[in-house]
Amino acid sequence: MLTVPVLFGVATLVFSLIHLIPGDPAQAMLGETAPQADVDELRHRLGLDRPLLEQYLAFLSGAVRGDLGTSLRTGEPVVGQVASRVPATAELAAAAMIVALLVALPLGIAAAVWRGTAIDASATALALAGVSIPNFWLGPLLAIVFAVELGWLPVSGRGTLAHLVLPAISLGGALAAILARMTRATLLEELREPYVQAARGRGASRARAVLRHAFRNSLIPIVTLLGLQFGAVLTGAVITETIFAWPGIGRLLVQSIGFRDYPLVQGCILFIAVTYVAVNLVTDLVYGVLDPRIRFE
Amino acid sequence: MTSEAPPHGARALRTVQTFNVGAGIVGLAVLAAVVGPAIAPFDTASQDLALRLTGPSLRHWFGLDELGRDILSRVLAGARISLLVGLVVVSISSAVGVCVGSVAGYFGGRVDEALSRIIDVLLAFPGLLLAIAMVAVLGPSLSNVVIALSLIGWVGYARLVRGQVLRARELEFVQAARALGASTPRVLLRHVIPTALPAVSVQATLGMGGAILAEASLSFLGLGVQPPTPSWGTMLNYGRIHLLDAPHLTIFPGLAIAVLVLGFNFLGDGLRDALDPAARR
Repeated sequence: MLTVPVLFGVATLVFSLIHLIPGDPAQAMLGETAPQADVDELRHRLGLDRPLLEQYLAFLSGAVRGDLGTSLRTGEPVVGQVASRVPATAELAAAAMIVALLVALPLGIAAAVWRGTAIDASATALALAGVSIPNFWLGPLLAIVFAVELGWLPVSGRGTLAHLVLPAISLGGALAAILARMTRATLLEELREPYVQAARGRGASRARAVLRHAFRNSLIPIVTLLGLQFGAVLTGAVITETIFAWPGIGRLLVQSIGFRDYPLVQGCILFIAVTYVAVNLVTDLVYGVLDPRIRFE
Repeated sequence: MTSEAPPHGARALRTVQTFNVGAGIVGLAVLAAVVGPAIAPFDTASQDLALRLTGPSLRHWFGLDELGRDILSRVLAGARISLLVGLVVVSISSAVGVCVGSVAGYFGGRVDEALSRIIDVLLAFPGLLLAIAMVAVLGPSLSNVVIALSLIGWVGYARLVRGQVLRARELEFVQAARALGASTPRVLLRHVIPTALPAVSVQATLGMGGAILAEASLSFLGLGVQPPTPSWGTMLNYGRIHLLDAPHLTIFPGLAIAVLVLGFNFLGDGLRDALDPAARR
């Protein structure tokens, strides 16, 4: 179980962020023109005047208890502010992953089954294009076409299902491309296995042999990739939320960077990183369900 | 491509084509970066405020931006920034990654244990998030982008090289070199590390695309290259404000990023297939 030392390392990195600020962190947060008394007060409030080890231990024990200090700008607890943004980001990330799966699985399966045909070539080209198109370009392009020109969908904000469509496609596009390539590659490998031929020999239809037998066994690398790519989805959300004014953690992060609200920056980063570690742990556990041969001690 | 098995069949041909298309795109971008300023129709800073936000025309092929600057000239200049960031980040990351990975893999034991834990922690962070965090505290600038991307970039190379070195350590010719009394640095440099270089070169090519994309992402968020330096990400960031009235501000710099990253992905894929025909599917 590597999770505990990794979480410890993640927390340590997030703690050290504030100490990477060139010069005096308190001065940097308040700006060069801030009165010395205010700077001293902030330094004291953040505990920056205490020995480093003491600050570190206080940060760790606070993080464990769910206390990450207060926002410099609003004075509200960081944890509360981050928590209030979780539903929006979770909604966006889930929708993006659903979009990615809905696009990638049929595309990857079709490319593998009709390997070497025009379908395969176009699926592969589409997948490569998807990997190369940055979401901060795809998002505005989608907005130009579907919101500005056609007027079918809202250009920004959160509320209805229609608001979710463009951000989800924009965020899920790259993931769909990566997943489609992986699905094609792993399914091709499985289709060469004798058990698929055996299933066909026993009278299973082609569709059944592909979907029930081969595809099921190619799920492990797909799930692994999905877990590993979750980090990219969360990071991508920072950009997508900025483009579409989506009120999630990513937007909160970018806004707090702009305001030099470093406790809030730390809170957002810590939350995203811990979520990523947790998702990777869940991915590992899902293996056991997908493949009974894999069991954890 | 000298070590490549003779291509045969449509599949092998397609591989070569992928490589060629990638090489063509990257070659054009390098050309734009080198001679761009000389062939650009306008200076990147010269303004024509009366024509600001005007769309593409015969005089200004890509149109003009919010300050009336020629977008084509700025896109050409942006190629230099993108390639420079990619090259520096990949050089630093791969050099550090190869050193750390080969030390961890070759010596094993506690050294490996300690280095692997550091690698695990850094891999536990989504890379770009860590870069965002670092640039947020260090301050937005081109050099801080390079520092942040290099600090996260080496980890992938280290893990790759560690695995390759672990395998190479047991190879007969490496054992023979050790038995013949070759020093550890010599064994590593002459025998072990060269076995990892094909994989590193593939990762470095794909890494160029990744670094260019990451720089553009940071600049898009306002955390990277600062105006008036023409960076594709920064141009997209400012284009966002004029999405409704001047979409050409968004279209051309984005197209440049997508095409160049596609070029490096093609090149990397082609290289991988050429170096490892077994992986070719």
